[in-house]
Amino acid sequence: MPFITPDFAPALAEMTLLGALCVVLIADLFVSDERRVITFWISIAALAVTLIAILAAQPLSREITFSGSFVNDSLSTVLKFAAALCLGVVFIYSRDYLMRNGLRKGEFYLLSLFGLLGIFVMISANSMLTIYLGMEMLSLSLYSLVAFDRDSSSCAEAAMKYFVLGAIASGAFLYGVSLIYGVTGTIQFDVLTTRVAEAGSDDVALWFGLAFVLVGIAFKFGAVPFHMWLPDVYQGARTPVTIYLGSLTKLASFALATRILVEGLPALYEQWHQMLLVMAVLSLIFGNIVAIAQTNIKRMLAYSTIFHVGFILLGFFAGNAEGYQASLFYTLTYTFTALGAFGTVALLSRAGFEAENLEDFRGLNARSPWFAAMMACFMLSLAGIPPWVGFWAKLHVIAAVLDAGRFAGDTAVIFFSVAVIMVLFSVVGAFYYLRVLKYMYFDEAVDRHTLEAPADMRVALSLNGLAVIGVGLAPGGLFALCAQVIG
Amino acid sequence: MTVGLQHYLTLSAVLFAIAIAGIFINRRNVILLLMCIELMLLAVNFNFVAFSRYLGDETGQVFVFFILTVAAAEAAIGLAILVVLFRNRRSISVDDISEMKG
Repeated sequence: MPFITPDFAPALAEMTLLGALCVVLIADLFVSDERRVITFWISIAALAVTLIAILAAQPLSREITFSGSFVNDSLSTVLKFAAALCLGVVFIYSRDYLMRNGLRKGEFYLLSLFGLLGIFVMISANSMLTIYLGMEMLSLSLYSLVAFDRDSSSCAEAAMKYFVLGAIASGAFLYGVSLIYGVTGTIQFDVLTTRVAEAGSDDVALWFGLAFVLVGIAFKFGAVPFHMWLPDVYQGARTPVTIYLGSLTKLASFALATRILVEGLPALYEQWHQMLLVMAVLSLIFGNIVAIAQTNIKRMLAYSTIFHVGFILLGFFAGNAEGYQASLFYTLTYTFTALGAFGTVALLSRAGFEAENLEDFRGLNARSPWFAAMMACFMLSLAGIPPWVGFWAKLHVIAAVLDAGRFAGDTAVIFFSVAVIMVLFSVVGAFYYLRVLKYMYFDEAVDRHTLEAPADMRVALSLNGLAVIGVGLAPGGLFALCAQVIG
Repeated sequence: MTVGLQHYLTLSAVLFAIAIAGIFINRRNVILLLMCIELMLLAVNFNFVAFSRYLGDETGQVFVFFILTVAAAEAAIGLAILVVLFRNRRSISVDDISEMKG
């Protein structure tokens, strides 16, 4: 087989990010701990350059390069843009926290950027090998980020749990990939689609492989029963790392599921949609009920993540274009809402004081009315109350599931009952989100400190909160974008 | 009796099962967990090489190279986390990793 020089242009965003990352890596060596803020600004510049590169690499049609293992399409442009933007906001939310808590290390920015590169590779993957390498690049960065505070016992414990369970998930995923490769003889998604369609969907080895691959996907999402790591890691990690975990990784998981299930194995829809159904419904029920019992805000938001993952998976379960669009819409809006919610948690902590408990929100309205209002926006959006954007996200998923149910024939009753469960558990979920509002608005403040944050963080958090309500008031633009990229 | 594809696959499945069982049964030592993870990845590699030979296609063997590389990086990070854990806790027992619950 002759070697053909691949077309590098579709991978412009990845190459720019990698180049910028190397600049950050070298520059950070010459910066002392007191002046670590320089690394922050270089990282922000790196992200700005990457954002421009993403727009420059925007394809007119689907481009496949590197011998079929890399794809650049409009979906990847949207997801990459959201991921890079989100990381920039994560940096802005984290800087002050890291400075105050004596974590003035450049590694935070470096590892985060390496994780972003992993997310980019996953988003643009067109073969099992590419997606695996992207996934590992993200995971290995995350394991180190969780253990980032070396003197904290809970960080080390969270990192160890995350590492061991993440490695099991990778192993299971790879075992599934090896079986699928054995049956079809390919790891490239577009070839896989035709080979599976030719081989027929009743090959048991293929089902077996699919089940293992799904374990990997469910783990990365944190869907029940593969959610065990999620609350411990969210709680144990330092808040900046939790912001990263709570927002960006959802984009990566969405890319993982879309590329493998929708683009690689659509012929096995009958098989994977049943497995997704079980996991999604369990996630809705379990995530919600356990979240009610939490007193730690990070842990509560972790369980609420599990609940939202149920919704994202049910968009895939619907199995039609509306379902995938609704999932994309849900993922994008959830990412930015969770970003704001975790950002507020970081805002609340001071030097030597970690605002981790729900009680720490008591009387926030009296102390800082504007940020209390922003937090209220995030909570109401997560609860799915109109006109906040979370309402539209939930509505679209439910509509897609009902729509799929109309063509399902005998199994229509399953689709309708799932829709009922989704509505019921959204109501249950509203309880613990509204409880945060009750703490903020109706309880006396015990802690009289006013919130201190640098101007850029105040602006970013305000814009984030306004975006959550602004997109909620006019969701048409974002939804048209989702409909455009998933045809 | 010639050794065919099914023998390799059986061996690989057994290795994989041993690794999973090792992770869940072992309650004593975190280093054993790391060993089980390596064993799991080796089982996967076995599968890939066997399929690659059977199908006469090199892709599987290329995949194995990448898995080996990633496994090395993973082991390095795993051991680094283990060192951090030991410095904080003075213990590497699995039962002691249970500060957070609920």
